[in-house]
Amino acid sequence: MNRRRGRNFEKPKDFKKAMINLFTYLKPYMLFLIIATILAGVGSVFSIIGPDKIKEITNLIISGLTTKINLSEIKRIAIFLITIYLIGAILVYIEHFIMATVTNRFSKKLRSEISEKINKLPLKYFDKTPYGDILSRVTNDVDTMSQTVNQSIGTFVSSLTLLVGSIFMMFYTNYILAITAILSSLFGFLFMSIVLSKSQKYFMEFQEELGNLNGQIEETYTGHNIVKVYNGFQKETKAFDDINNRMFQSAMKSHFFSGLMQPFMAFIGNFGYVAVCVVGSSLVINGTISFGVVIAFTIYARLFTQPLSQLAQVATSFQSAGAASERVFEFLKEEEMPSEDEIHNYLDKKEVVGNIEFKHVNFGYNDDRLIIKDFNAKAKAGSKIAIVGPTGAGKTTLVNLLMKFYDVTSGEILIDGIDIKNLTRENIHDLFIMVLQDTWVFEGSIYENIAYNKENVSLDKVREVAKTVGIDHVVKSLNKNYDTILSDNETLSAGEKQLLTIARGMIKNAPFLILDEATSSVDTRTEELVSKAMDKLTEGRTSFIIAHRLSTIKNADLILVLNEGNIIEQGTHEELLAKKGFYAKLYNSQFESVTK
Amino acid sequence: MLKLFKNLGKKELLFVIISIGFICVQVFLDLKIPDYMQKITTLVETSGTTKEIIVQGLYMLGCALGSLLTSVIVSFLATYIASKFGEATRKIVYRKVLGFSMEEIKDFSVSSLITRTTNDVGQIQMLISFGLQALIKAPIMAVFAISKIAGKNMQFSMLTFIAVILLLILITVIILTVIPRFKIVQKLTDNLNRITRENLTGIRVVRAFNAEEYQKNKFNEANSKLTNTQLFNQRVMGIMNPFMSLMMSSLTLGIYFVGSMLINQSDMASKLTIFSDMVVFSSYAIQVIMSFMMLVMIFLIYPRASVSANRIREVLETTNKIQDGTHVKGKEIGTVEFKNVSFKYPDADEYMIKNVSFKAKKGETVAFIGGTGSGKSTLINLIPRFYDVTEGEILVDGVNVKDYHLNSLHEKLGYVPQKAVMFAGSVAENVSYGEAKEKISKKDIEKAIEVSQAKEFVSKMDNGIDSFIARGGTNVSGGQKQRLGVARAISRHPEIYIFDDTFSALDYETDLKLRRELKKYTKDATTLIVASRVGTIIEADKIIVLENGEVVGMGTHEELLKNCDVYYEIARSQLSEEELA
Repeated sequence: MNRRRGRNFEKPKDFKKAMINLFTYLKPYMLFLIIATILAGVGSVFSIIGPDKIKEITNLIISGLTTKINLSEIKRIAIFLITIYLIGAILVYIEHFIMATVTNRFSKKLRSEISEKINKLPLKYFDKTPYGDILSRVTNDVDTMSQTVNQSIGTFVSSLTLLVGSIFMMFYTNYILAITAILSSLFGFLFMSIVLSKSQKYFMEFQEELGNLNGQIEETYTGHNIVKVYNGFQKETKAFDDINNRMFQSAMKSHFFSGLMQPFMAFIGNFGYVAVCVVGSSLVINGTISFGVVIAFTIYARLFTQPLSQLAQVATSFQSAGAASERVFEFLKEEEMPSEDEIHNYLDKKEVVGNIEFKHVNFGYNDDRLIIKDFNAKAKAGSKIAIVGPTGAGKTTLVNLLMKFYDVTSGEILIDGIDIKNLTRENIHDLFIMVLQDTWVFEGSIYENIAYNKENVSLDKVREVAKTVGIDHVVKSLNKNYDTILSDNETLSAGEKQLLTIARGMIKNAPFLILDEATSSVDTRTEELVSKAMDKLTEGRTSFIIAHRLSTIKNADLILVLNEGNIIEQGTHEELLAKKGFYAKLYNSQFESVTK
Repeated sequence: MLKLFKNLGKKELLFVIISIGFICVQVFLDLKIPDYMQKITTLVETSGTTKEIIVQGLYMLGCALGSLLTSVIVSFLATYIASKFGEATRKIVYRKVLGFSMEEIKDFSVSSLITRTTNDVGQIQMLISFGLQALIKAPIMAVFAISKIAGKNMQFSMLTFIAVILLLILITVIILTVIPRFKIVQKLTDNLNRITRENLTGIRVVRAFNAEEYQKNKFNEANSKLTNTQLFNQRVMGIMNPFMSLMMSSLTLGIYFVGSMLINQSDMASKLTIFSDMVVFSSYAIQVIMSFMMLVMIFLIYPRASVSANRIREVLETTNKIQDGTHVKGKEIGTVEFKNVSFKYPDADEYMIKNVSFKAKKGETVAFIGGTGSGKSTLINLIPRFYDVTEGEILVDGVNVKDYHLNSLHEKLGYVPQKAVMFAGSVAENVSYGEAKEKISKKDIEKAIEVSQAKEFVSKMDNGIDSFIARGGTNVSGGQKQRLGVARAISRHPEIYIFDDTFSALDYETDLKLRRELKKYTKDATTLIVASRVGTIIEADKIIVLENGEVVGMGTHEELLKNCDVYYEIARSQLSEEELA
């Protein structure tokens, strides 16, 4: 669900800092930004000159009313004006062009930096941050920022120029009329700002109800089967109607108030017009000014009110851009995984023997609670180690440590006697084949999904692997075989996807193997077939297998039984059963009957 | 789109008419203003007194105020109508969707239905509120303004006409170039989002495969495409504003220039008329142009709203395949019978369930087992009529499920899905969810929580059974949700329990304890269990083994071990040799 962007009340925590950040980031484009703002300013100056020249034409016409109008003079002014209009339009377009280019480059760079940042952050970060949050930074927040830069900087400069320029021109032409025009507009704006500040709370209310409504809808649509079978229709429709009605009330109020803006602006414009006309014409009658001045002033009055409301919009737009840039820069400044420039050790995967040792390993996701406590274990080259235990025992955590996704709090993990602290993550990842419980496939062909991040893999090789895990026949039944694009429309079932990820692991050749509940979504018979394939995979490799179906690991060389971060038992399947301890209990609970 | 507008009530339609009336008044007043300007001009030229000018000024101001008032009223009416429309449409769509069966929900997909109920309605709501204020106003404005200046002066009219045509051509060209690309931008944004989401959800895989570079290249490619398309759009759209102001300024200038020539050519008497015409014309001409431009706005808004309207219509026009019956009572108690049931998904060629027959009697436990895709879940989803059978019939308490009033059928059932569903609300509210035959008492709730092995964690929660569960149950674990789901079924004392692979999310020990307690507590109830673990169903009175939608074995655990190969294989993959013996 799209996070609805806060309308005009989203405020940054520290506006100044956010702006400094934003503009520091814009530095490489500064030259272009300055050129663009100068162009915007010049364009505005031109539109101020316009009315002044129109005034001259009017005066010429009036003075010529009784005799002959000086047409050649008017022609001269007209040509001058049309040139200015044209140049003005071109300048403004160039400004738009530059701004569009700059902001698109800017947001492209921001987006790719966010995307690269994702792969530089420690996994820890993703434990506490929901995906949606990061996603909305890549799109919504960057959009908000670039829109503000694109529109608001230009608007800000041109509005300011217009405002200052038109005030200047008004006073230059006639101070009495100038004061009249300014006072009459200010009066209107004062009134409007009172109305708007009152309406703020309705906007908040509206956002809140919108959130509630979305929540209600999402919840009941997703849990549709329960609503249905438990006859929850009445209850849910009643709840929905309540929220829906509240939403109506708040939408009504907030939209009504925002709809007032336009008519009020129009009225202020008219009010200024009348004031200028009345005062102006009495001045004309007195002979203080010419009629052309009044005409020019009616245009000034409009030129003057326009930037005021635009400046107000710019201000709110900078507010929300500030909030957005705060989120984006906060993300970009998150602490990355420690640098590995100092590491010069390298384990060639062709030369690895295959011993792994955990020595007094302690680890906790946060400092106050250890998940793994003084963990010690040895995996000899080529052996098959199974890790079992109840949910939350720390099984997956061990794998995360081994893959250096997280760093141990204390103790060491040795691969062929080398502490993994002294190996790069890239090097370690290269040594492991890892198949996870969550079946990750991406939108792309089946071939791409299996030969993930590997170049020059022949189709035959992919097919061979697919055959081994037993999805070749499934793929063959799809209309484009290995070129079939996997997408949302559920081409493959959960079990088939799992087989595909196993195939992906198989195609990668490495001395170590980790299977983290790799077969939890396939039924036990398919699992048997796959495990045969996997047995082949484990041959000659040191492997770690996590499973909650205990049947899959009966033939492991060593079973580590984990509970609350400690190894409480270890041995082979038979040894552990004979012990009649935790493992035996866990194992036997599968078969105990209901009536005993 | 028009069909949807039928959702507007009588009151709202009346409001539409009223607001059109007010818009007419408003336009009339707006255009009255230049008239007074003209009068003021004439007064100034003919040396009228300041008092006279003030009088005209006040008239003009009166018009402006009137215009303000009417537009406030119109704005009120428009937002009222639009919001009311939104409310009413959402209400209808919501009810329609809740009434859907699983089949229709899957056809649309949940996320698409959510967008249809919220964003799509919002789009149309916007069109209505904008339409009532601007789109209706524009033509009225154009007609009024043109009638004011029509016949006044040929030359001025021609100039205005040319300006309007030029603007329209430009805007049309821009819109035609940009709109298709807007749609592409939307797609490319989705694409970029998808790649980012994929990277996030697969972060461990990406790292394990050292595929950071791969993801980066993929992202950069999508990013460049998006940026280039967007850049093109913005560069083209950038022409609009400067060109518009150029046209307007030039038009004013043109009128003055032509005006001065006309004045020069004409005789003394008409000179003044032409002059005041000229002043007024320049302001009316701008109004005409503005109203045409407003009309053009419809091209920007309408396509999106129309797409939304179609998406909503699709939902509303989908006929619900599951029709309600009339039976309230069954003939027997606690029985479920399948008679030659076959089932296939509407567009599929292959049957998911083929010719299944069996009967579960009161108090019996019948279990279903089979591999992934064997059809075991589909089979029991036919009982609450998530889908209807393609062939054959299903009897609950001796009556065909299709003949039951759905509520009455559902009252007999205690259904627990594979994926537990929690709602925002207290634990107690979640357990006593929906409507049952009899009101569910607090004692029922507590007992149900105890039996389902949820007491242990519920009692640890801050407010016991009154503790709050967040939307989607994000503050309880998967296993806990599952146990509350079971409690929900227990609390309403159903005749028939249906567990759709409910227990596989629990660890073996909890699974075992729960089933034991449940058995004790519900001796008389019939239980249907879909399971993937043999351990869960070993004691069932009848085990039905499914493969590719067909029954390949039926009997007790011992019988099946002997005479059913498929069952034996499943059991062998899970049990040890001695346990098999």
